[in-house]
Amino acid sequence: MLNRTAENVARATPEPLARKVRGISDKGLAWLFISPTILLLLAINIFPLFWAIYLSFTNYRANRPNEVVKNLGFANYQRILGDQDIWIAMQTTAHFVFWTILLQTLIGFTLAWLIDRKFRGHAFWTTLILVPMMLSPAVVGNFWRFLYEPQIGLFSYVISFVSGIPPTSIQMLSNVSMAPWSIIIVDTWMWTPYVMLICLAGLRSIPEYIYEAAEVDRASNWRQFWSITLPMALPFIMLAVLFRGIENFKMFDMVNLLTGGGPGSTTEVASITLKRQAFESWRTGYSSAFAIILFVAVFGLANIYVKALNKVKQR
Amino acid sequence: MKSSLKMALGLASAMVASTAVSNAAHAEDLTLCWAAWDPANALVELSKDFTKETGIGMKFEFVPWTNYADRFLNELNSHGKLCDLIIGDSQWIGGAAENGHYVKLNDFFDKEKISMDDFVPATVVGYSEWPKNTPNYWALPAMGDVVGWTYRKDWFSKPELQKEFKEKYGWDLGPPATFDQLKQIAEFFQKRQIDGKTVYGASIYTERGSEGITMGAMDVLYSYGFQYENPKKPYEMEGFVNSADSVKGLEFYKALYDCCTPPGASNSYMGEGVDAFKSGQVAMHMNFAFTWPGLQKDENVGGDKIGYFVNPKGPGGAQFAQLGGQGISVVSYSDKHESALKYIKWFANKDVQAKWWSLGGYSCLNAVVKDPKFPASQPYAQAFLDSMAIVKDFWAEPSYAPLLQASQKRFHDYVVAGQGSAKDALDGLVKDWTQVFQDDGKM
Repeated sequence: MLNRTAENVARATPEPLARKVRGISDKGLAWLFISPTILLLLAINIFPLFWAIYLSFTNYRANRPNEVVKNLGFANYQRILGDQDIWIAMQTTAHFVFWTILLQTLIGFTLAWLIDRKFRGHAFWTTLILVPMMLSPAVVGNFWRFLYEPQIGLFSYVISFVSGIPPTSIQMLSNVSMAPWSIIIVDTWMWTPYVMLICLAGLRSIPEYIYEAAEVDRASNWRQFWSITLPMALPFIMLAVLFRGIENFKMFDMVNLLTGGGPGSTTEVASITLKRQAFESWRTGYSSAFAIILFVAVFGLANIYVKALNKVKQR
Repeated sequence: MKSSLKMALGLASAMVASTAVSNAAHAEDLTLCWAAWDPANALVELSKDFTKETGIGMKFEFVPWTNYADRFLNELNSHGKLCDLIIGDSQWIGGAAENGHYVKLNDFFDKEKISMDDFVPATVVGYSEWPKNTPNYWALPAMGDVVGWTYRKDWFSKPELQKEFKEKYGWDLGPPATFDQLKQIAEFFQKRQIDGKTVYGASIYTERGSEGITMGAMDVLYSYGFQYENPKKPYEMEGFVNSADSVKGLEFYKALYDCCTPPGASNSYMGEGVDAFKSGQVAMHMNFAFTWPGLQKDENVGGDKIGYFVNPKGPGGAQFAQLGGQGISVVSYSDKHESALKYIKWFANKDVQAKWWSLGGYSCLNAVVKDPKFPASQPYAQAFLDSMAIVKDFWAEPSYAPLLQASQKRFHDYVVAGQGSAKDALDGLVKDWTQVFQDDGKM
């Protein structure tokens, strides 16, 4: 039946077109299929990147289309690198990236290790743990904003119940020292399951016979964990760290929804500063330079990290 | 067969013709862009009369306040044709005039005999003129607005509270005349139990993202002596923005935030303020006057329970209030200038302005607000009138956005996050604003 259909299609295909298609080499055909994607990529990714690089050397402002655009050389870059507020925003970003990665990796790996024990009901718990990751950041942000609310929030109530501190004194989002942690808590709650999934994949990829050999050699559980589990799962853990690191370096939605960068500028990460410069102050050239600096920083760090990851994999 | 064909052709032509007629009928539909809020709904109602009179249909593009500036400034910057008429924020006027977004209205006003002398002077300067204090008009004052205060009249009038207050502070509990009195009242109510519920002193602006904390802090700073620049030398800010009096004003705002606001009110603006007042959390509430008609009608806190007062005096007796509100302009990229101007002419009419006020909009026409019946027309009318007489506005420079972002950051860092001193914040603001004007080539 299928053959007959194919024959019918072949018969119905106009001869010149069929000949033409048949005349194309594999490489040509491959280019034919890939070209729409390449064109789209050029239009959406590559062109804007080069355009942003060009703008970063100018004083262009998107809200002043009639103004003469001047070439400033590296002045925007110099100004950014000498701006104390930018360095504070970079420090805030580094603080978030460090703590979220540390907590998510520790908790994520521990959960994966526990789930890998295949206890009764482990499938149910795995699904339950994955729920936060499936929610949209907008929902999570608003949800936690209510939880943190000092007068009616459940979080404040629970902490108050445990500690005896009045709930109205627990101002997670308004307090300068607590606000950064309130975001770290939410991000960890949301993305630990993601790290857990990757770690679980790593743990499940370790062949069972290695553990059997270790058992024969009478290796203790701790020895097995330290010498087999951790080294063999390490490339996966590193991969999770890479993904979360890149994601958290450009963290925006959660911070914007929870604190908007405040109180003051305590939680103003680099992406929030960039948004303010680009779309609120309309310093397009300046913010393009900042975006390029961020891009180079992430790209550079990720490259160094991937090299390290490859070395670990080769061991 | 032939008759079927004829019938089909006839039907098709009828469909084409009806589409053409319908397009022609809607060719002059105007789109008016504004923020999505109560006055916008009143304008929809009001504009039905315009359609009745002229046959020109009105379409509306309303955007929530949080996206209002982003959405419409993008539209104007990209020379979009979405809006034929726009009610743009007062700070936009400089940029919109210099970048050619708005049609200059001088000739039109002359031709139609619309005089700016017929409008409240502060609204003409604030919403229409660029450069300020010159007779160059880019908008017709459309929605007068100003920051003022509401208070819980029912709480203030409780005899036991009045007695306790008098004993403690030595004066009768009532709407405050000075900022010191306002703080005393706020402290008195802070964490007090009223009707079995913990209440707080005051809701003030603390929002960081757009313009909230600037509008709030400026409301106090003006009356303490803050000035944007040397009146004799434009853009000279040293000693004016960061004067000793300005420092005291900012210190007062922080003290008010620290002592007397509800817990977690570190990012409050118009909506959060209304919520705090409506839910019976606060004794006093700082907000733009546009919120008053809605609060007046509220079942829980409106009616006899609510009172209004003008922004109080500073320590030296000076009294100013932060201007809000907007003017209506014709977008230069629209293809329907003639109809749009017709709308402006219609809107400037005295009867239309009177109806505008009755529907919940705030008219800026002298003939309406100076009518002897005006103060008694609404419980908040007198407070609105008095407030409009003492207004000051933020920079309306084309670079108002970076100027605003700088003040947002400096004020929030000091008032809410408690970083540095008031002097540091204002010195930093002079530095930031100087940089903006240097970038603009104005210094």
